[in-house]
Amino acid sequence: MRAFPEYFTFWHIAGHYALRITAYIVLAFLILPILVIVPLSFNAEPFFTFTPGMLALDPEAYSLRWYNEIITDQKWTLAIWNSFVIGVAAAILATVLGTVAAVGLASPWMPFKRLITALLLSPMIVPLIIIAAGMFFFYTTFGLVGTYAGLIIAHAALGVPFVIITVTATLAGFDRTLFSAGLSLGASPVKVFWDVVIPLIRPGVISGGLFAFVTSFDEVVLVLFLAGPEQRTIPRQMFSGLREQINPTILAVATLLVILSIALLVTLEILRRRTERLRGSR
Amino acid sequence: MKYHHLLLAAGALALGAQGATAQDLTVTSFGGAYGAAQQEHMIDPYVAATGTNILFEDYGGGVAEMKAQSESGNIQWDVVDIEVIDLERACSEGYVAVIDHSILPPGDDGTPAAEDFIPEALHECGVGNIVWSIIFAHSDDAYPDGGPQTIVDFFDTENFPGKRGLRKRPQVNMEWALMADGVAPEEVYEVLATEEGQQRAFDKLDTIKDDIVWYDSWSQAPVLLNDGGAQMVQSANGRIFAAIKDEGAPFTMIWDSHVYDLDVWAVMEGTEKMDTALDFIKSATMTIPLSGMQDVAYGPTRRSAQALLPEDIKQDLPTAHLDKGLKADGIFWADFGESLGEKFNEWLLQ
Amino acid sequence: MVKAHQHRLPPEDARNAAREVRARRLRAFLFVAPLLAFITFAFVAPIASMLFRSAYNPTVADLVPDSLQALADWDGEARPSDAALTQFAIDLKRLANDRTSGQLAEEVNRFLPGTSSVVKSTARQLRRVEDTTLADTGATLLLEANAAWSEPGIWRALRKAGQTYTSSYYLTALDLEQTRDGSIQQRDTKIYLQLYSKTLWMALIITLLTLILGYPLAFHMAHSSTSHANFLMVFVLLPFWTSLLVRTTSWIALLQTNGVVNSTLMALGLTGDPLEMLYTQFSTIIAMTHILLPFMVLPLYSVMRGIDPSYMRAAMSMGSRPIPAFLRIYLPMSLPGLSAGALLVFIISVGYYITPALVGGTDGQMISNIIAFHMQQSNNWELAAALGSLLLFLIVALYWLYDKFIGAGNIKLG
Repeated sequence: MRAFPEYFTFWHIAGHYALRITAYIVLAFLILPILVIVPLSFNAEPFFTFTPGMLALDPEAYSLRWYNEIITDQKWTLAIWNSFVIGVAAAILATVLGTVAAVGLASPWMPFKRLITALLLSPMIVPLIIIAAGMFFFYTTFGLVGTYAGLIIAHAALGVPFVIITVTATLAGFDRTLFSAGLSLGASPVKVFWDVVIPLIRPGVISGGLFAFVTSFDEVVLVLFLAGPEQRTIPRQMFSGLREQINPTILAVATLLVILSIALLVTLEILRRRTERLRGSR
Repeated sequence: MKYHHLLLAAGALALGAQGATAQDLTVTSFGGAYGAAQQEHMIDPYVAATGTNILFEDYGGGVAEMKAQSESGNIQWDVVDIEVIDLERACSEGYVAVIDHSILPPGDDGTPAAEDFIPEALHECGVGNIVWSIIFAHSDDAYPDGGPQTIVDFFDTENFPGKRGLRKRPQVNMEWALMADGVAPEEVYEVLATEEGQQRAFDKLDTIKDDIVWYDSWSQAPVLLNDGGAQMVQSANGRIFAAIKDEGAPFTMIWDSHVYDLDVWAVMEGTEKMDTALDFIKSATMTIPLSGMQDVAYGPTRRSAQALLPEDIKQDLPTAHLDKGLKADGIFWADFGESLGEKFNEWLLQ
Repeated sequence: MVKAHQHRLPPEDARNAAREVRARRLRAFLFVAPLLAFITFAFVAPIASMLFRSAYNPTVADLVPDSLQALADWDGEARPSDAALTQFAIDLKRLANDRTSGQLAEEVNRFLPGTSSVVKSTARQLRRVEDTTLADTGATLLLEANAAWSEPGIWRALRKAGQTYTSSYYLTALDLEQTRDGSIQQRDTKIYLQLYSKTLWMALIITLLTLILGYPLAFHMAHSSTSHANFLMVFVLLPFWTSLLVRTTSWIALLQTNGVVNSTLMALGLTGDPLEMLYTQFSTIIAMTHILLPFMVLPLYSVMRGIDPSYMRAAMSMGSRPIPAFLRIYLPMSLPGLSAGALLVFIISVGYYITPALVGGTDGQMISNIIAFHMQQSNNWELAAALGSLLLFLIVALYWLYDKFIGAGNIKLG
């Protein structure tokens, strides 16, 4: 039992515990729905529900058939390949352009800084359905609909704001005199950028890139409008599965994605700690 | 890691993406048990024989996706399995290409294609695949004392309570509403062509609106019955047949007022893979592949394939129940599909 | 600043300084330029083309320019001249053979519902008529094919559909229509305004729910020890990083007729028959609340973490009761986080598409879903663009209001 200040009445203490319990209920609300799909993905039956056998923990009621389905079904293997190709390419494009731009934006000499920053961040607040419709109209005229290039460009545009935000945040702790020092020693701005700036902001760049990758990896609205059958991604495949034919393969894929997001979360946490150490803050 | 290596890697990945996954042909059909039968009897043999890489996609029917591809100029499909109810419209609006039927091979018994196919199966824009039917089915568990028997029962929520699963489109639902309201099958399309007739159909649908569960694709129909999402569903006959036969599902099929139709293979107008697409259709509509469609109780459209059917399957095929049915009118739906589709959606939102 | 120093500097130095400033500004800009060009192409131009599309539709003008020409000086009252009718019959036959009559039917139908079947069936009948016959008796044949061609209404619709630039899609998107004398009135069926208000209403409920759930959680986390808070943060960030489709899938598994929630309720004897929860507005709201909750918790947490708890302690030790102390001291201090979270959640929910599409059924559909419907199903791209533009204006306005009164700088990502 923890000690409460003496001016606390019974109601203070009750309130304190009520708050605590509420907080844990909300946490359960956040996490349980995600965990519930894990056991369901080992269902031996083609349903989304717990069978009596599963509840009785009968080993017969569990199977790996839906995981096997992912590996053997050409549509899923293609979707997995596509998701990674498009995600990685879009992340690299967004990270390279975004990092260079963030360095420019961090300069006190940058003209129209507010306007340009707002413009570069705007893909974050415009609803995806609007972006998707607009891109469908515009990309059609360049033959980009139904191509990998079109999707990569579209997803890179969505990832850019995240790169700008994370890199700008690391640059905020960056001592600009290092840049001037590099220049005064006779190095070209490009060389200073590569050899001085990049190593210092690397954690921000990598986490920005991860954000951009996840944004693409998770995105389905643009894929619905811009992708052809050959560019179907994992979320797109899940979307049509949920709409047309619900079977536990989707749950197996979902379980794998949860594992992937745990891995990402750990990576980001490590990066965050490194940034803090590098900056020597906190 | 050097960052310009990343750039190179990105380029390589993008190129690899183009190379490694280029599909030779994209074929779309309705998925589920029917898709599985097509995969087994039409797709797999063709892939084995020619080495063509086929991406077999599901779609939910209708012309919207074809129209979007056609009007934006991004043709992404090559071959489509299409209901004649939609074909007439797709053809007259130029989404699918005109097919020269002289390329079709004769039946296995040597009959020339023009005589081997039943007449309706050789459409200007398509080559016949199956004869099938839209029926309704109910779950036996939901009606232990006997379920609905007629289309009137389907609209009778008092004696037969429960959710009704219907495919979300005006086609067939409007016909059923009129037949349940007492319109004779042969007059259905005449009545439906009038403003009053359309209102009459909507009024009838209104009586069960609160009990309707709408679904988007045929493969959902047996799933709805199975999961208890609906107690009776509209379905393509083969899906219910497959669920009963393969999984022993406790369903009963009702043939009263079924709407029968043909399904054909068509080629997207403007596809770059026209030759491969036609070659695939030639192969898929030969006698043996067509006769495989009996797996899901659909009748083949070649007489030479019909001759191969075992006796005991015949009573499960739509052809055994034509007297109780209505032939879907492709021309009516070509003319009215759009305006009724719009009214239907407004009605849904009301 | 440079100017202020000018009179003290020799002109030469001033010019050098100005040149140096320009060089630095240029250098900074050059860093940004590639991305700016990219975003302009990949994002800004598409949005612009959607805005343009909402008021621009040349389809009919391109399909039947001659007919429109012939109708140009028609008064709009009686039936148009036989010459105009014949010209249209000739055009329609050409379209039927090009297989583009369907496009015309669709466009005219938007201005006079029910017309599409008239155009299509007439086109089908005219398709086989000889050109010479058509040139002589086109008007008669047209009227024989369908009596609707004798009504002036259908011709007014055709002429209207022939306008290349039009505000009519915006009017439709606002449930308005233009009458013959040019005045604007309400349409009989109100679809879109209802949908907009339903969307805003649902977004508001979702925002409130995330606030009610998120505030206590963020409060608890913010005033726990750092290590405990970091541990709890994992439970907030895991859903945040988990695919949206995964989370929607979970809710389908939970809420369906024989799903986990119903089985549990029935096992507990709380309900005899399974409740219908999936494919309703309820399932849309609960799934979206779950999905958007981290967007509320993260900004709240980062603001609350900076609030010194000693203020509350001081107030309470001086005898203030907890609730007034909270309302007068803590709540105002947490307002920046609260408003940022609320804005984020509200803006995201107003434009949400995937979750309502998958779990919303018929009554859980939001404005995005109808935009997608017009993009993919009815193929009325201009109306979709107009609806999308209105949604965009709405969101920009919300954002602008927020920035003006609170400042957009408060929005942080965890």
